[in-house]
Amino acid sequence: MSEQSKNFWAGVRAEIPLLIGVFPFGMIYGALALNAGLSNLASQMMSSLVFAGSAQFITTQLVHEAAPGLVIILTIAVVNLRHMLYSASLAPYLAALSTRWKMLLSYLLTDEAYAPSILHYEKEGLQPFSHWFVLGAGLSLWINWQISTALGIFLGKAIPDSWSLDFALPLTFIAMVVPVLKNRPMIAAAISAGGAALIANAFPYRLGLILAALVGIVVGSFFEKTGDSHF
Amino acid sequence: MNIWLVMLLGGLITFGMRFSLIYLFGRFQVPEELRKALHYVPPAVLSAIIFPELFLQNGELNVTLDNHRLLAGLVAVLAAWFSRNILLTIIIGMLALFLLQVLS
Repeated sequence: MSEQSKNFWAGVRAEIPLLIGVFPFGMIYGALALNAGLSNLASQMMSSLVFAGSAQFITTQLVHEAAPGLVIILTIAVVNLRHMLYSASLAPYLAALSTRWKMLLSYLLTDEAYAPSILHYEKEGLQPFSHWFVLGAGLSLWINWQISTALGIFLGKAIPDSWSLDFALPLTFIAMVVPVLKNRPMIAAAISAGGAALIANAFPYRLGLILAALVGIVVGSFFEKTGDSHF
Repeated sequence: MNIWLVMLLGGLITFGMRFSLIYLFGRFQVPEELRKALHYVPPAVLSAIIFPELFLQNGELNVTLDNHRLLAGLVAVLAAWFSRNILLTIIIGMLALFLLQVLS
């Protein structure tokens, strides 16, 4: 086996546990996007155009609430800001690659592709074909996401409206946020953002969401600065 | 705005952020303050979505026992806290809402 394919398959293997975890989410996303009023094609295409789990869930929620396009785009930007950190962290390892490779790997750079890739680089250091590892991890996740989305869309058609399926979205967000609430600044960020969202709910164009998120970020940072961040 | 345009621009922004520092490597460093602040994006954004979904009914604050979504949401918070399992949390939350609706 060539060094390229050896690295590629090592990336795929490292990604497998994550694929199993991500698959149900792709299905839930597909079913909920359909439920929120997106067409089959739009639901499926968001998984390749945006290709970012939490941003896709939030977009689905905002489409469901008929939020204006600009607010949705701004929210996607805020939610995906963390990808700049991944970008910064992988940058030294990818510096020697062609722009084409950099673009391809950037497109595939999700949370789940970043994690095994950075671990691989930290363990093995920079090898001549390490970028094939990143490609293996990223591409297998991409394929997994497309297939699970399609299955979810298929399944979503079979679920009757009376099931209050729209409630599964806030439940998904609850399940995502609770494990993050490990210290005081995190809890302060969550509660202040939530409270601000209630107050700002009547603001036009769903701008309350972005405003509330900013309140949470500022409050969380403030708590981190002023004191002991752990219980 | 057309949903296709929203997805296209949202995708371009996402790609732009993923590509940004890989492309600019060596020319730009993420400021420490921003790096720290970004940790608070997930709890802030998610809570800003969750709270209105649970506490508001038709735009009005409802913190009574009639608010089934609030009660089911609190059950889901407990389920998430103890299980740390997203699928299980969704199932328990949906079941709680279903039961509350059937029983009332």
